[in-house]
Amino acid sequence: MLIDSGSPGAVGTIGITLTINGERRELQVAPWTTLLDLLRERLDLTGTKKGCDHGQCGACTVLVNGTRINSCLTLAVMKDGAEITTVEGLAGLTQREGKNSLHPIQEAFVEHDAFQCGYCTPGQLCSSVGLMNEGYAKTRDEIREAMSGNICRCGAYTNIVDAIEEVMHQGDAR
Amino acid sequence: MNRFDYVRPSTVAEAVQALGSDPAARFIAGGTNLIDLMKYDVERPGKLIDITRLPLAEIEERDGGLRIGALVTNATLAYDARIRERYPLLADAILAGASAQLRNAASTGGNLLQRTRCYYFYDTATPCNKREPGSGCSAIGGVNRIHAILGTSGHCIATHPSDMCVALAALEAVVQVSGPQGDRAIPFAEFHRLPGDEPSRDTNLAAGEIIVAIDLPAKGFAGHHTYLKLRDRLSYAFALVSVAAALELDGQTIRTARLALGGVAHKPWRNTQAEALLQGKPATRETFKAAADLILREAKPQSTNGFKIELARRAIVRGLEQAAAGTPQSQSDKRIQ
Repeated sequence: MLIDSGSPGAVGTIGITLTINGERRELQVAPWTTLLDLLRERLDLTGTKKGCDHGQCGACTVLVNGTRINSCLTLAVMKDGAEITTVEGLAGLTQREGKNSLHPIQEAFVEHDAFQCGYCTPGQLCSSVGLMNEGYAKTRDEIREAMSGNICRCGAYTNIVDAIEEVMHQGDAR
Repeated sequence: MNRFDYVRPSTVAEAVQALGSDPAARFIAGGTNLIDLMKYDVERPGKLIDITRLPLAEIEERDGGLRIGALVTNATLAYDARIRERYPLLADAILAGASAQLRNAASTGGNLLQRTRCYYFYDTATPCNKREPGSGCSAIGGVNRIHAILGTSGHCIATHPSDMCVALAALEAVVQVSGPQGDRAIPFAEFHRLPGDEPSRDTNLAAGEIIVAIDLPAKGFAGHHTYLKLRDRLSYAFALVSVAAALELDGQTIRTARLALGGVAHKPWRNTQAEALLQGKPATRETFKAAADLILREAKPQSTNGFKIELARRAIVRGLEQAAAGTPQSQSDKRIQ
């Protein structure tokens, strides 16, 4: 057995290691803590949003080892050893020398006016980077389909697809 | 979410031992359905057994087919080059379901074991025989637009929500399981159950068993197949009706036919009589209509889902036409040709 929280009924916490936005963190977590709640409530990384908390809206999307997932449907303890990137860490993925810049997808969202209220935007951004890391979606139809896990109630979808398309064609996904 | 103990075994034997005969223990892999159910208090496990570190995440050649480890994610499976080339029906069905984020997390084994999305099953304030045996079925006579039209019972009219499983049924996959009594293989048609008078049991997995792999037979129907899914929005919604169709043709004559329906029953719905009817017949609309009529002869509407019968009839005909023509439904361009 790799990990055992202890005897039945014990309210035990478990030690895990996560690398979050490039920073290695040793953490004690209760097993029922979702990755989303750990990020927001414990680590003050409130960029990642809690929308539905049931995997239906995509606002909580983060990258785990470069792959996009819903952090609300993930127990933090299960990601022991993983690298997590949240919206706060996207710029760090592409920091250019001597320039304090945003990630290209962030710049493209600004350029294309790809949001109104902004609540879904951190999830949309992380999902966009995940999509480009995957490398399967190429056409507008395919981008739309591959982004369907991120709901935008303001309806900025057209501009979101424009932003992703532009960055994808720059070949500057990371 | 309730409090629970957490263990993380490293081998299948340890996992099976950790489960033991504890009815309150649950395996967790992707967690995309179980954690959701825990947030609604539908599931209140006393112990979670995290199986994500078990060595079950490979796709391997086996007897001319493929063995898919239970922990292979839905996304890895759908985009695997061998699956896309030899079993495109399976790849298409997976990509028709859920969202990219969910497919990145969800496992193959977990997809088989996901629970129904019946509203009443999720709502602990209402009776539900699946959640609480003997309490009654709120969907019968209630809001049942998404519910079953085939194989229902007076105790439950829930549907199985998976798209992947509809393709696996058509492909005659085999489920490999391990348990306290050793290993065994379960043909896909016998894996899921109809509700009968015991709707709390979704599958024929025995107590203490774990899915370790899914075997795909050599025959993949790559030439003539389609996965046609009809739903309330174009993406990221469960099927009202879906059709997995796979054909082998001799010219315009049907040599072999496989047909499975999703969204209409408590399990992926196959009717081998209808498949036999197709065999040896010309691949025409008339033939396909005859098969659809045979399948839906026994369909029974609920108070608000009668539309599904005609929807299924037309989806079957259209799906078989797409398969025969070798023009499978695109999962990104949603126009239905």
